[in-house]
Amino acid sequence: MRDALGSVGSVLVLGGASEIGVAIASLLAAPRSATVVLAGRHGDSLAEAAATLERAGAGRVETVRFDAADVASHDEVIDSAARTAGGDLDVIVVAFGVLGDQQADEAGGDGAVRVATVNYVGAVSAGLAAARQLRRQGHGCIVALSSVAGERVRRANFIYGSSKAGMDGFFQGLSDSLAGSGASVLIVRPGFVRGRMTRGMKPAPLSTTPEAVAEATVKALRGRSAVVWVPKPLRVVMAVMRHLPREAWRRIPS
Amino acid sequence: MLSGWGRTSPSSARLRTPSKSADVEHLVREAGERGLIARGLGRSYGDAAQNGGGDVVDMTSCDRIVDIDLQAGTVTVEAGVSLDWLMRALVPLGFWPAVSPGTRYVTVGGAIGSDVHGKGHHRDGTFGSHVLSMDVYAPGPGHLTLTPDGTPEEFWATTGGMGLTGIVERATLEMLPVETASVRVDSQRTADLDSTMAVMSERDAHYRYSVAWIDCLARGASLGRSIVEFGEHATLGDLPARERSPDRALRFGPSRQVAAPPWVPSGLLNRWSVAAFNEMWYRKAPARSSGHVVAASSFFHPLDAVDGWNRIYGKRGFLQYQFVLPYAQGDVLRAVIEKLVNARAASFLAVLKRFGPANPAPLSFPREGWTLALDLPVSFAGLDGQLDELDEMIASAGGRVYLAKDSRLRPDLLEAMYPRLGEWRQIRERLDPQGVMRSDLMRRLPALAGHATKRPTARTPGFPLQSEDT
Ligand SMILES: Cc1cc2nc3c(=O)[nH]c(=O)nc-3n(C[C@H](O)[C@H](O)[C@H](O)COP(=O)(O)OP(=O)(O)OC[C@H]3O[C@@H](n4cnc5c(N)ncnc54)[C@H](O)[C@@H]3O)c2cc1C
Ligand SMILES: NC(=O)c1ccc[n+]([C@@H]2O[C@H](COP(=O)([O-])OP(=O)(O)OC[C@H]3O[C@@H](n4cnc5c(N)ncnc54)[C@H](OP(=O)(O)O)[C@@H]3O)[C@@H](O)[C@H]2O)c1
Repeated sequence: MRDALGSVGSVLVLGGASEIGVAIASLLAAPRSATVVLAGRHGDSLAEAAATLERAGAGRVETVRFDAADVASHDEVIDSAARTAGGDLDVIVVAFGVLGDQQADEAGGDGAVRVATVNYVGAVSAGLAAARQLRRQGHGCIVALSSVAGERVRRANFIYGSSKAGMDGFFQGLSDSLAGSGASVLIVRPGFVRGRMTRGMKPAPLSTTPEAVAEATVKALRGRSAVVWVPKPLRVVMAVMRHLPREAWRRIPS
Repeated sequence: MLSGWGRTSPSSARLRTPSKSADVEHLVREAGERGLIARGLGRSYGDAAQNGGGDVVDMTSCDRIVDIDLQAGTVTVEAGVSLDWLMRALVPLGFWPAVSPGTRYVTVGGAIGSDVHGKGHHRDGTFGSHVLSMDVYAPGPGHLTLTPDGTPEEFWATTGGMGLTGIVERATLEMLPVETASVRVDSQRTADLDSTMAVMSERDAHYRYSVAWIDCLARGASLGRSIVEFGEHATLGDLPARERSPDRALRFGPSRQVAAPPWVPSGLLNRWSVAAFNEMWYRKAPARSSGHVVAASSFFHPLDAVDGWNRIYGKRGFLQYQFVLPYAQGDVLRAVIEKLVNARAASFLAVLKRFGPANPAPLSFPREGWTLALDLPVSFAGLDGQLDELDEMIASAGGRVYLAKDSRLRPDLLEAMYPRLGEWRQIRERLDPQGVMRSDLMRRLPALAGHATKRPTARTPGFPLQSEDT
């Protein structure tokens, strides 16, 4: 149960090895040594993430198997995460995601469909399963890691961008559907995050870090916000970008 | 969606409304896997009367006064009867509830569940000490009539048991005979904490009621400056001659409440507006006054004049921090007040009071010592770490915080603050072996259910506090 000052007793991270997801869970778990459940595909990267969380001051850290693309398993994954946590899930972070390789994926193969399946289809399925759990509890918050890339989809990464646009829209609607249920959704829209996912890429302007995203997320949870941009000025920048003429927008590099 | 008075951690539950107290039994039987909890008027500040995803039994529909025995001075009521209603009915007959908290808008069931105290604790003890018997439906054994002599364990585990042992359906209470609906107040302005404590210690044995209102914005040499109030139920002789007829003397008619505005900007309660208010309020009080006769409602329940005043703290809500420290720990009391005041988390006033001896209830909050209560808006960054720090000081000094006010205690500290928790759990085990009675409070503080909680290794940073709103 989340307390009056925003401290939580348990956190589930879907995409449990995600750098940003782990940073958020670390900040959330430390004050009350909360239980953290990491759900992901690879045992070794989950174990590494679990060690990070323990160092950060989490209480019990557990791992469960989870593949975002295996949608049929999602209800069971959430169930077993709740059982493993030994009670309610106070915060569920939807952190999984893949960037894909825009150029290669445009050229052929199943890469593009893979990005769409994990980032959008997986988010829809896992998001609904998470929401059903929080409805049963009568409280709890879903933190959905969206992206500025979905705010206005760019030529340079439209496969990833459109998948994020889709999941962002989905969580906006889910948020409305949860009004009055005790459950809520926080949509986090980071800009370029310098980290594992973007390794080797040239940082975009207003780039940020996983830790900064985590801090902004925790603050937004306390303030019961519905959406948070990281860094903050991105909200205004994107409001302008949204209205750029298409010819100009098309040429925005990656 | 239900929340406590502080409006901090709402959750959604299925609200069940028994039409009479006898319906309680089948509501308990029908509870689903997330259990159920009784709710009175929701005046506890945190999550004690919430049960996310489960059932919440709204007892306010069970509001009949069943029997009044004028000879014995006792009344039997359904648990949903409010003290407001009880006073309106009984004061004209010359009776006052033996214990009245700072608001009349609590139910008898809620007053038992939290084992509430009033300004007379040093003399009268808690609410539970004036309950002669109660009818309780407990999920295990079913219907029980509990009395302090016949079934002491069950009686005292339910008193202060935060609704977790079963549902109180009815109770028979001892009332205090009074001649008037007024209180005779003596008051004294004090310049600092030492004199506040000295004045209270010296004078409160002579009065039924006593309380100090500490100006939380006074720091340095005037830290702890207060207005100390002492009260007695006024006798007929205290009233002006024309007011002495019984129907005038016992008229209890606090006027309708004025509503607080439905929407208030969160910045309204800033440090400066509060400082200005406190300064005016403190200066206005005479250095010493005595024999001032006031309506009982304005002495006991000053905040009840404004309906929904809890909304002035904005959408994020607020919390009340209340703790008790043994008398021998005066230095810790000073240190705690100093930290709270220096943190400058705007709060009008803190209420300081002296408790008499504890009663036998294992989870009852009052124990002999000083108790302090103050409101804090939750929007101060770092408030969590700050309060954790104070809790540690309080726990290691043998003190505790009040569960009816709590909404944020670090779970591992509960057992240290309530050393008789294990004893209470064993009795609860008998009354509710399946754990049907459940609340958000219990989920937040798993030690109530017997689950161990770890002490965090990382410290939440405490200082400095700053408002996140700006
Ligand atoms: C302005 C203000 C001033 C206050 N001053 C004081 C004070 O001076 N002293 C003090 O001690 N407290 C004080 N309180 C706290 C208040 O008295 C307690 O929280 C009290 O329990 C509230 O009663 P309620 O009917 O609103 O109960 P709720 O808040 O609805 O419930 C409180 C607890 O009692 C349980 N409960 C309710 N009904 C039943 C039932 N029928 N059977 C079993 N359990 C039940 C609930 O499950 C819950 O655990 C104050 C609160 C406010 C808002
Ligand atoms: N980094 C950025 O610049 C940035 C910016 C904005 C938004 N975001 C979003 O933030 C989220 C977290 O990103 P991050 O920076 O933390 O990247 P990250 O460290 O690469 O985390 C992504 C995680 O998703 C997991 N994952 C991928 N496919 C999965 C599948 N099918 N099933 C389960 N898990 C899967 C990955 O684990 P495995 O591969 O081991 O399964 C990985 O742990 C993503 O949704 C991303 O879109 C990132």
